[in-house]
Amino acid sequence: MQAFALSLQSEFLKTRKTLAFWIAIVLPLLICGLVFIGFYSHSKDLLQYTGRMLWMRYMNTTLGVMGILLMPMFVIFVTYSINSIEHRADTWKSLFSLPVSKWAIYSSKYFYTVLLNALCLSLFASFILLSGNLMGLLKPELKFHDYSIAGLAFEVHAKLFLASLGILSIQFLLSLVWTDFLKPMGIGFVLTIAGIISAQSGWKYAWTNPYAHPMLALMSMKPAKATMINVDMFSKEVLVSLLVAVIAFVAGYFVVTKRSIK
Amino acid sequence: MSSPIIETHELSYFFGNQQVLDKVSLNVPSGSIYGFLGPNGAGKTTTIKILLNLLRSEAKNVFVFGQELSGNRISVLSRIGSLVEQPAIYGHLSGRENLIVRASLLRLKSHKADEVLELTGLSSAAYKKASQYSLGMKQRLGIGLALLSDPQLLILDEPTNGLDPNGIIEVRKLLTNLAQQGKTVFVSSHLLSEVEKTASHVGIINKGTLIFQGTLQELQHLSNEQVLVEVDDNVRAANILLKNGHSADIIEKQVIVPYLSKDQMAAINTLLVSAGCSVSAISKSKKDLEHLFLSLTQS
Repeated sequence: MQAFALSLQSEFLKTRKTLAFWIAIVLPLLICGLVFIGFYSHSKDLLQYTGRMLWMRYMNTTLGVMGILLMPMFVIFVTYSINSIEHRADTWKSLFSLPVSKWAIYSSKYFYTVLLNALCLSLFASFILLSGNLMGLLKPELKFHDYSIAGLAFEVHAKLFLASLGILSIQFLLSLVWTDFLKPMGIGFVLTIAGIISAQSGWKYAWTNPYAHPMLALMSMKPAKATMINVDMFSKEVLVSLLVAVIAFVAGYFVVTKRSIK
Repeated sequence: MSSPIIETHELSYFFGNQQVLDKVSLNVPSGSIYGFLGPNGAGKTTTIKILLNLLRSEAKNVFVFGQELSGNRISVLSRIGSLVEQPAIYGHLSGRENLIVRASLLRLKSHKADEVLELTGLSSAAYKKASQYSLGMKQRLGIGLALLSDPQLLILDEPTNGLDPNGIIEVRKLLTNLAQQGKTVFVSSHLLSEVEKTASHVGIINKGTLIFQGTLQELQHLSNEQVLVEVDDNVRAANILLKNGHSADIIEKQVIVPYLSKDQMAAINTLLVSAGCSVSAISKSKKDLEHLFLSLTQS
């Protein structure tokens, strides 16, 4: 356990100056900032909405941008970056010649990637709340203060997080096996596009593609024409995503232990 | 210099169908600087990777510190510092940060990083990005990473690669110092001259087979001394010597006889002069280790 914690710490030390770490902070800041500017400059059109409707529109705009395409792309980028640090510096062999179990090295790397994903999504929820409340202060005529969305915002993002674990684990495995960016990126991108198409077209087996899970999760929380968001945390796509995550995680460990370093 | 620190029993290894190691039985004594010598592609790095459990040898025939390696991986590796091929360095981090990352994994205090920077002469470049280091500095940082945990056994794969003459001398001094502190150093090289200057023990590997293993003195002993004679007529001189019981040979316009003693040299001279040969030079030479190495690895 101590080895795991130390490995996790060393992952942070290695990545804290890289884009892999900072994108988890900059991406939510950027998207929420842009949405804020958009709403702020069109505030007159929003006067008609009640507090609840206003918050829903505000959160859905962000979710619509990042939940569908950006979220899988973020996961693809981060998983690649974490593994490519070792690929690029050719440091796998020196890591595996240390008196640290391969399990600790592998699992800490995986969980660090999961943590970055969690950080990114919790920042999305936080920045939505902060910027919404800030707008309420700057434009008191908008009814942001009539309603609190805090609990719901975190629930929605928690569900999105769980639904993205399948993609994360598959991408982690792919970027562990391949040293170049194109293969995991190419496969991830194609499957993401396929996921979006299959989820949007309402194909009943869309849940079989883990890359469709974040979008399916969003659709399940707010069916078309519904005005309320209803969070069923462990819906089918989330359960499948978790199952895929476990399988890919175990497969990755198998790759690490069996692989001889040529 | 008692029990061996590294021992392999008829270690063989295959990459697919290609055999890269053939029954290599290493015996590295404690406290030695063991020079592991061989031309490129002889199997040096493969052997080192097996010693570090990076390549898996199914047969349990590798023993380090008296422990079977694959069953005691963590305990064995905790006493080894290693540098394999190119130094594995994170280019986006500074030299010091590279050491700190490693120190945190090994549960060491960060002041160890500063000590190692001092020892490897990198203190002034501690905060410079490692990607901007010269090849020699990277190599020194790689050695520093290996030294960080103060290991009992150092396994270094071609540590002087890319170093300038000063750097090479520094590494040599460092290795000698470490051995004086009781550490065992296993160092591979394809340059005999390098090994000759530091090693107490030598293993020579060629095409996956260990063709010599012993002390440096034993290796030097293999290189017999010779008497070189320059005369006006090589063939006639060689025949005279052969008729008188000397095993003479002609190589590169010189008559060569295995050296036995000063008296033998004098006798050869007298014999040739009295037979009417004009002897212009007679000298004793040692077949140098470089030629010995070449003859060992090319035969």
